[in-house]
Amino acid sequence: MDTLDKLRILTDAAKYDVACTSSGSDRSGRGRGLGNAVACGICHSFTADGRCVSLLKVLMTNYCVYDCQYCVNRRSHDTRRTAFTPRELAHLTIAFYRRNYIEGLFLSSGVLRSPDYTCERMIETLSLLRCEYHFNGYIHAKAIPGADPALITQLGLLADRLSCNIELPSQQSLSRLAPDKTKTSILKPMSQIRDQMRQSQYEVAHYHGAAAFAPAGQSTQMIVGASPETDFQILKLTEGLYQKYRLKRVFFSAYTPVMEGPLLPALTTKPPLLREHRLYQADWLLRFYRFKADELLSEENPSFHPLLDPKCNWALHHPEVFPVEINRAPYELLLRVPGLGPRSAKRIVKARRLAPLDYDALKKIGVVLKRARYFILCNGRAADGLNLTHDAVLRSLLTSQGLAYRHALESAEPEQLSLFDPSSQTLRSLLKEGIAL
Amino acid sequence: MIPTNDTPWLYDGSYEGLLSCVFESFRLHVLPCLLEAGEPSQLSLTPPRVMLTDPHKAARVQTALRHKLGQAVTEFFQSCFLTCLEDKELYMLRFMHLAFHVGPSVLHFLSNETVATLWKSVRHLENEAHLLKGFLRFSDYPPYLIAVIHPKNFVLPLLTAHFCDRFPEENFLIYDETHGCGLLQQKGKIRILPIDSLALSLPSETEQKYRALWQTYYKTAAIQARYNPACRMSHMPKRYWKYMTELGAAALTRHESTAPESLPPAPPRQSPFPES
Repeated sequence: MDTLDKLRILTDAAKYDVACTSSGSDRSGRGRGLGNAVACGICHSFTADGRCVSLLKVLMTNYCVYDCQYCVNRRSHDTRRTAFTPRELAHLTIAFYRRNYIEGLFLSSGVLRSPDYTCERMIETLSLLRCEYHFNGYIHAKAIPGADPALITQLGLLADRLSCNIELPSQQSLSRLAPDKTKTSILKPMSQIRDQMRQSQYEVAHYHGAAAFAPAGQSTQMIVGASPETDFQILKLTEGLYQKYRLKRVFFSAYTPVMEGPLLPALTTKPPLLREHRLYQADWLLRFYRFKADELLSEENPSFHPLLDPKCNWALHHPEVFPVEINRAPYELLLRVPGLGPRSAKRIVKARRLAPLDYDALKKIGVVLKRARYFILCNGRAADGLNLTHDAVLRSLLTSQGLAYRHALESAEPEQLSLFDPSSQTLRSLLKEGIAL
Repeated sequence: MIPTNDTPWLYDGSYEGLLSCVFESFRLHVLPCLLEAGEPSQLSLTPPRVMLTDPHKAARVQTALRHKLGQAVTEFFQSCFLTCLEDKELYMLRFMHLAFHVGPSVLHFLSNETVATLWKSVRHLENEAHLLKGFLRFSDYPPYLIAVIHPKNFVLPLLTAHFCDRFPEENFLIYDETHGCGLLQQKGKIRILPIDSLALSLPSETEQKYRALWQTYYKTAAIQARYNPACRMSHMPKRYWKYMTELGAAALTRHESTAPESLPPAPPRQSPFPES
């Protein structure tokens, strides 16, 4: 089989892994070899589904001894199997990198023979890249659950980022859909990586020439929609992972049915893209907006609102906080205003030191007022011509598609539809179909 | 408030020329109604005043800029010069008057008309440069890697550090079609030089093989069930597609005839800014 066929098969097998970030490592080229790493990461292209292509994301092999129900590479699936040799893959990476197609390599693998053997082949590829080709760019490697801790250590010394996929958000779902994997076998390497990262950060700061272990941190991913967990459970788990394992990112992957199985959703199910989108929005609120999972969802209200983003939803349920005075409110409070993000909030804090801000000034410094104007005051005054009725506020907070859905719903159901009642049957069914707003 | 007179000024389009205009504007305590790069034309009703570039005056302004306003303002001012903002010279002149009046904190005056306009266009410049760090595609024409870009702003100075750090051992050329300029790294030496046109021969077999591999990768990596072209377009506007191997590959082979070895000779200057 030639490289083109191998690349096609092994890309196809790897594409359901969502992580494709190249951020977190800042390393200059040192004047020799090839490559560097940029802290903010660089996207090199975007595929037709709008996802970023930053790294060459392929599997080392799609042979696998495991039989996870949801996976295209499971043992019992009749598909073409192949494997890259370490040199072939290293050479391809370098050829792509020189042409500025990619920012580096994302290496994952099916489990060939045993986790240890698989891990050794991955290490061989990365050593070739780092030592023989003097490749200094970004590498993201998948820690194979069940591999020897010594091998994980080697992998971490060669790669920028390691990841260990949680796959499913609870032990029950894991034992049902991925019978060969257990919660402990996944969490063990995660805590090992956390501890070694902490140690290496200390060493790099104190000793000259100390080796960096996974300088860009570790991440994980879970599948949404293949198992019955609620948004609240998933978000709580995410928050716990950030706190306990010091993860850089948790990725969510809307389950795309590619396999048939008695335990899985039917093949005709659309991927729950909206749910995935809402989870990412909430994830951002946890990481950059200082929200807590409990503020966004609760046991009684365990699902995200299908038509409103989590921040708007929070704001509408907390009228006591608003309106916020732009010229005096602390940074944390500015972040809570729908439509204001960290960038706008920082600009406001910077600009208001020199002159009081009015609505024109806000526009000039690049703050988008479409949603924010309902929640703010400038020098004690609300924006001119503001219609503060419930319906008008809602209209401005919904996206155009959201408005269309709302309109369709209202004409289908003669009674007034309450957007504040997320238990509404129609909304639930819409959510199940995976509408994309 | 600085009075504005009704004589338009002309300068030679160089950064030093602009600094000389800044000097004159402060000396005469006046702002021109128009400040443009170029030759005087016969047709104007109000004959423009031609401001000569004086390296001595430019150096004095540059020193004052560095010492009185600091690194951040200097870098901001230099970035402004690279943007594609219409009438940027006049905005920059007004910015200088404001900056020397209020000091280094001028960058925080985000609600000021002049600062806001310049700041927005600098953001446009920086965003474009950042996107091009990803979207630019090299083709291998041994011994050179050659890329063609079509940016709105003059981004080459912002790409220099990134690509030279990334490919220290390669010879490469980034050709900016819009501004007729190229960034050339040749045997470790880095230059920005004017290039009128670039004629590329057909890519070699190896090059075509890797292009095919990359196109296959790009096509395969997309998930059909999530098809979302609008999302792709908002992340990667169409004007960048022309020179991207996976989307508009034809554009690269369109140039024909001579081999790339016939690169033009290097001019003396490396960057549009004087050495500090």
